[in-house]
Amino acid sequence: MQTLHFSYRAASRLPGKRAQALVGVVASNDLEVLLQRTPKATDCVVTVSTAVHGYDAVWKAVLADFVERRAPGGLRISINDGGARPDVVALRLAQGVRLMGDDA
Amino acid sequence: MRRLSWFELSARNRIAALLDARSFEEFIGPEEVVTSPHLLQFDLPVAFDDGIVVGRGRLDGKLVLVAAQEGRFMGGSIGEVHGAKLVGILRAARALAAAGRTQACLLLLDTGGVRLQEANAGETAAAEAVRAVLDARTAGASVVALLGGRAGCFGGGSLIAACCSHIVMSEHARLGVSGPEVIETYKGAEEFDSQDRALAWRTLGGMTRRLLGSADALVDDTAAAFRQAAIAQLQRPRPLEMARLQAEHARLRERIRRFGDCRDGAEIVRRVLEPAAVYGLDNWSAQDTERLIAKLPESAHDAR
Amino acid sequence: MSSRDARLARAAPFSQGKVVAAADVTALLEAVLTPGDRVCVEGDNQKQADYLARALARCSSEKVHDLHMVQSGIVLPEHLDVFDRGIAARLDCSYSAPQGARIARMLRARHIQLGSLHTYLELFARYFIDLTPDVALIAAVSADSNGNLYTGPNTEDTPTIVEAVACKGGVVIAQVNEIVPQVPRVDIPGDRVHFVTRTQQPFYVEPLFTRDPAGITETQILMAMLAIKGIYAPYGVRRLNHGIGFDTAAIELLLPTYADALGLKGSICTHWALNPHPTLIPAIEAGWVKQIHCFGSEVGMEDYVAARPQIFFTGVGGTLRSNRALCQTAGLYACDLFIGSTLQMDLQGNSSTVTRTRIAGFGGAPNMGSDPRGRRHFSEAWLKAGAESRPAQSTALPRGRKLVVQIVESFGESMEPTFVERLAAVEIAEELGLPIPPVMIYGDDVTHVITENGIANLLLCRSPEEREQAIRGVAGYTEVGRQRDRRAFQQLRERGVVRLPEDLDIDPLDADRTMLAAGSIRDLVRGSGGLYRPPARFRNY
Repeated sequence: MQTLHFSYRAASRLPGKRAQALVGVVASNDLEVLLQRTPKATDCVVTVSTAVHGYDAVWKAVLADFVERRAPGGLRISINDGGARPDVVALRLAQGVRLMGDDA
Repeated sequence: MRRLSWFELSARNRIAALLDARSFEEFIGPEEVVTSPHLLQFDLPVAFDDGIVVGRGRLDGKLVLVAAQEGRFMGGSIGEVHGAKLVGILRAARALAAAGRTQACLLLLDTGGVRLQEANAGETAAAEAVRAVLDARTAGASVVALLGGRAGCFGGGSLIAACCSHIVMSEHARLGVSGPEVIETYKGAEEFDSQDRALAWRTLGGMTRRLLGSADALVDDTAAAFRQAAIAQLQRPRPLEMARLQAEHARLRERIRRFGDCRDGAEIVRRVLEPAAVYGLDNWSAQDTERLIAKLPESAHDAR
Repeated sequence: MSSRDARLARAAPFSQGKVVAAADVTALLEAVLTPGDRVCVEGDNQKQADYLARALARCSSEKVHDLHMVQSGIVLPEHLDVFDRGIAARLDCSYSAPQGARIARMLRARHIQLGSLHTYLELFARYFIDLTPDVALIAAVSADSNGNLYTGPNTEDTPTIVEAVACKGGVVIAQVNEIVPQVPRVDIPGDRVHFVTRTQQPFYVEPLFTRDPAGITETQILMAMLAIKGIYAPYGVRRLNHGIGFDTAAIELLLPTYADALGLKGSICTHWALNPHPTLIPAIEAGWVKQIHCFGSEVGMEDYVAARPQIFFTGVGGTLRSNRALCQTAGLYACDLFIGSTLQMDLQGNSSTVTRTRIAGFGGAPNMGSDPRGRRHFSEAWLKAGAESRPAQSTALPRGRKLVVQIVESFGESMEPTFVERLAAVEIAEELGLPIPPVMIYGDDVTHVITENGIANLLLCRSPEEREQAIRGVAGYTEVGRQRDRRAFQQLRERGVVRLPEDLDIDPLDADRTMLAAGSIRDLVRGSGGLYRPPARFRNY
C-alpha cells in the first residue's frame, strides 16, 4: 500500500451545509472518498491510500484539475482506492462536492 | 426515471431508503476511521467503515436498530471491526429491548461469510453475533434479516440469518452455508456445477427458500418492497421460547420428510405449486408469487 | 469421373443414402478428404459444427494431412487441434477471439501457416474466387430424408458456404440435431447436401451478444449520452449497426429514457443491422424500432424474435432467419453509422485489438467500420458527414461519408492506456512476418472518437497534426493525453473539433444508472413479457 499526500490552494471555501460526506465503495475500479471540512477556507488537503503503485503523476493531474474546476476550499479529502481509473476518481470527487452542498 | 433496485443500492443507501426519511443516526461512522488493523499486511485497501453501517432510526415511527453490510467491499465479509460493530448493535438491541425502548433490530445482510484475512476474529464475531441475536430475541426484540444483495448470505452470515426471528428475501437473494464454488471445489462439478447459475438460484435463491418455508416473505427488488415487508413482519412477533424452538425443529423435520428426496429446486416447486404455476414464471413480479405462496400450507407455520 | 464423384464413391461404404451414423463420421471424413484439400468447418461467430470439428480432429494424419482450413471463426479448441496433430497446415479465417492466446502462441511457433485474417465479408467473397472450399462441414437444426436442412435462427454463414461449395463441385456434410419427416423451413435445399449425421447433443452456440445491464458503469452511461446527443441527434442517424460491448448496450438502454427526453424518438435508431441484442428490448417495446436484420441469433432471444415478426426477418414457421453475408452487406451499404469499441488506438486513429499475447482477428467490425468509398445513395447523415470532411475551399466533387465512430474509455483493463504512440499490431507484424500490420479500422475511415472525456470529430480535422491533437484532446490522463498541446486543444475546442461534455450541456454527474431503461437481466425479461429466456450464465434469480 502507498499513501500519497497532496496540498492545494483553492479559490474559495466550498459552500454548503454538510460537515462531511462519503461517496463510493472500495471495490474494483472504484474508490471511497471522505470529505470533511477544515477551518482554513482556501486549503484543500488530499490523502490517497492505494495498492496500485506508479500512478503518482496521474493522481496529481486528476486532483489538480479537480481543484481548479470545483474550488473545494476548506476541505480535507481522504481516499481509499480500490484500483479506480481516473474518470471514476474525478466522478467520485465531483459527487462528493455535490453532496457537501446538499441539505444536511 | 428508474429507481435503483435494492440489489444496486449501497449499504448506506439501503438504510436511507428503508427507514423513515432522515431518521437514521449512524454509530462509529466513516469519519471516525475505525478501519481494519489487519488488511495492511495483505496489501489490501481498507474501508472507512470496514464494510458495515450500524446505527438507529425509525421504521414507521418506531425506534429500530440497524446493521447493513456493504456486499461490494471484500464480498461483505466479516472482519474484526465489521464483526464488532455487528455484535455491538445486536447487544444494544438487547439492552434497549429489555428497557422497553425498541422492539426491532434489522439486519441487512450481504456477505460471503467470514473474511479470510481475519479469520479468527471473524469466526469469533459470527459466533458472538449468533448469541447476541438470541439474547436480543429473548429480551423481546424481533431480529429481521433482509436479504437481497450481490454477495448473498453465506457462511457465518447464513448462521446468523437462520437464528433471526424473520427472514425476508428478494429473488436475487441467496441463503446457504456453503456457496456453489466451495461445494464444487470439495465435491466436484457433478455434485454442484458452480457455473450453472440457474442451478445455484434454484437451490439457494429467494424463491426456493420461500417455497420451503425457510424465508417468510419474497419481495420485489425494491427498497419500498423491503420496507413494506419489514413493517409487516414486525407485526407478527416471534418471541424466543421453548415451544417455538420445538416448532422450528418440527418444521425442519417435516421439511426433510416432504422434500428430502428432491434432487433439484424445480422438483420442490412442482410439489408445492400447481402445474399451472410454472417455475420462475418470468412475467410474475415477486409480489404475485408471494401472494400465491402465502396461501399454501407451508407458509402457515410460525416457527423460526 | 469428377473429383466429387470420386469422393462420394469412396464415402459410400460409410453412409446409407445421405445418412451417416455419428460413429462413422471420422471414417467418412478420411474417405472424402484428400491431402491438401481446402476445408471449411462451420465455426461461425456463434454456431459451431462442434461434432464434425471433433470428428475431423480424430482423423489419422497419415490419411488426412496438409489441409488448408478456411473458416469464419476459430472458436473451439478442436479448430486448432487439427494443426497440432498434423491434419491441417494452412489457415485463412476471420475471427479468433476465443482462441486468441493459443493462436498467438501457435503462430509464433510457426505451427500454422497463416494466409490472411479477413473480415467476414471478405472471406465470404473469397469463397467464390480463390478460396473455394472442397469440403464443407456445417451445422443445422434438422434435416429431412432428402437432405433439406432447417438452420433455424442461427442460420448465419451456412447458405453462403453451401452455395460456394455445392455449386463448385465440393462436398457438403451436415451435423443436425434431429432428422424429421418435414423440416419447418427449407433453409438449404437437399440437392446441395451430400451427407447428414444426427448428433446426440445439439450443436453449440455461443451467447456473444448478451450484456448484463448490471455491469454497465457510470462512465459507459456518460459516453452513451455523448454518442446520442453529440452524434446520433445532430446527424439524424436512423440506420445503423452497433458492435458488441457494454458501451453500445448503454446506448441501447438510454433510448427510451435519455433519448426520449431529448425528443429523438422517430428521428434516430429506427433501422438496424444487428444481432438480437437483449438490451434493445426496451427500445423495441417502446416503439423506437421499425426493422432489424440480423447476422445471427442470440441464445435466449428466439421466442421474443418470433413474437415480433413486424420487426425481425422471420420465414415460414415464424422463427428468425439470419444471414451473415447479407447483413454484413447491409451494414456496409445501407447503414449510415457504425459504432464500436477497440483496445488500442494510435495518434492517427488507426485501431487494433491485437496484443502481444492475443490475436482476436477481425470479425465483422472493420467491414462495417469503414467508408464504402465508391458511389452510394444519399442520406441526410451521409451528406452532412461528407460536407464536414471537405475543406471550405475544395473544388472536388461533393461526396458523402459513412459515420464510423470508435467509442472507448481512455484506460482499459489494469490501467492499460487505450491511446498509444505505436500499436502493438505493428510490432506483432514484424515479429510474425506479416505483410501488413493487422489494423482493425484505419484512421482515415474513423469519423469520430468518443471517450469519457468528450468527442473528437476527425471529419473536421484538416491535417495529420490536427487529427493527432484532436485524439490527444480526448485521451484524458493517459500519457498521450497529458502531452497534448494546450493551445492547439483550445483552438480545436473553439472550432468544435473537440467537444467536452459541458460543450454539449451534458453534466457527468447526471450519468447514473437510474437512466438505464433496464438495470438487470430480470428487468429485460420482464420488459419482454417473459419471452426472453436468458441462458443460465446470466441468471441471478
